[in-house]
Amino acid sequence: MPGSPLFYLYKPYFQLLVNHHSMKILVVDDERDVQTLFEQRFRKEMKSGEMQFNFAFSGEEALQFLTDHNQEAVLILSDINMPGMSGLELLKRIKQEHHEPPPVVMMITAYGDAENYNQATQLGADDFLTKPVDFTILKEKLKSIH
Amino acid sequence: MNPQFQYILDLIQQSQLSDADRTALENAVKEADKQYEIINFKLDRTEKVKRTTAILLEETIAELELKRKAVEESNDALQKSLEELKAAQQQLIQSEKMASLGELTAGIAHEIQNPLNFVNNFSDVSKELLDEMKVELEKGNMEDAREIANDVIQNLEKILHHGKRADSIVKGMLQHSRSGSGEKELTDLNNLVDECLRLSYHGMRAKDKSFNAKTDSSLDAGLPQIKIVSQDIGRVLLNLFTNAFYSVLQKKKNADGNYEPLVSAKTILESGKVKIIVEDNGIGIPQRVIEKIFQPFFTTKPTGEGTGLGLSMSYDIITKGHNGELQVETKEGEFARFTIILPI
Repeated sequence: MPGSPLFYLYKPYFQLLVNHHSMKILVVDDERDVQTLFEQRFRKEMKSGEMQFNFAFSGEEALQFLTDHNQEAVLILSDINMPGMSGLELLKRIKQEHHEPPPVVMMITAYGDAENYNQATQLGADDFLTKPVDFTILKEKLKSIH
Repeated sequence: MNPQFQYILDLIQQSQLSDADRTALENAVKEADKQYEIINFKLDRTEKVKRTTAILLEETIAELELKRKAVEESNDALQKSLEELKAAQQQLIQSEKMASLGELTAGIAHEIQNPLNFVNNFSDVSKELLDEMKVELEKGNMEDAREIANDVIQNLEKILHHGKRADSIVKGMLQHSRSGSGEKELTDLNNLVDECLRLSYHGMRAKDKSFNAKTDSSLDAGLPQIKIVSQDIGRVLLNLFTNAFYSVLQKKKNADGNYEPLVSAKTILESGKVKIIVEDNGIGIPQRVIEKIFQPFFTTKPTGEGTGLGLSMSYDIITKGHNGELQVETKEGEFARFTIILPI
């Protein structure tokens, strides 16, 4: 996955966008335990200030956050299958409404199938992760953005 | 002439009788002989008829025996095809179950990936935490070590919670696919309705990822537990919900942006009976097919998409299996409302 062609395609683009001191990441998932998991998985990075995480538990909440915080988050990790606004709908809205600078959106989904992949790619997703999330891979991806 | 009559005739001729008497006697003997001949002939003819009849009778009996055998054979054949039909029906029931299960598999996969994600990641991260804890202990940082230990305990609780969650999903799935006659057990209908609504929702979402529908449930908290075969009633509910989602999905395809798909579930206790109402604001059912929807093999779905058995089996489960009623109200293009009424 770190070798994913999509990732390398966007790599220079990622590097331009990223704040040099702290990378701001918004995680969107309807499962609340995702927050605990990320806080533990990235506790070193959070402690050192290398990365900053925010959490939204629905697509609607994520859009609200982006509006309220003037697009502080430069990287958005979103689940696809959520009640209410789906991850794909969120992706579409982000790509349509939040232009400058365009945030990088990585989709996390339980279905690693081609249909979802293609649809999200068409909507402008920058990369993909499948559940169960391999945090070693995710970390490598995030760190190479840095 | 018969020798006995001839003898009598000879005696008469040799006798001293008058000519007139002798002639009269001779004529009487001749007449008797003639009658005797006739009777003999008739007897002979009767004998012949009797023999013919006996032969005919034998033939008839043989024929009847053949026919009896034929009837017996076709009876056996019928019995066999009845058994085959019963087996085929069982298979159909099973394949209908599997078809509806297939529709739900993707939903179940999603439901199971989430807990698995947590089980895998929380156990992995706990291992890291314990390594770190060892380091802190060696350094003598008791406070930090204790903090890490608390995190690990919290993680183990989460692992247990999500493990149980996955377990209950798999159990629900097995229960749905199991064949054979289930026992009636006291069941919390609200739970069952909620579970089936969620399962079919995820199944629908898995099939068409861009689609979303609002679901709404209003479950009567005062509902008593009732005795039902929960996997059978579960199948009916899954079937009704899957149909409802299919219907709103069809309507959404041709509707303008203002259409909001909605599938709702309601339970109520009314005059000693439990009512479960499954309603959707989808395409509805045309009046001309309403009479047919509970007939086996009737479907309006394209070939290969529906077995046409869902509603007919649902009807049997509710009416024959649970002594209840399954009613439908609908307006084409607007809504469909299915009501299950079960006695307590």
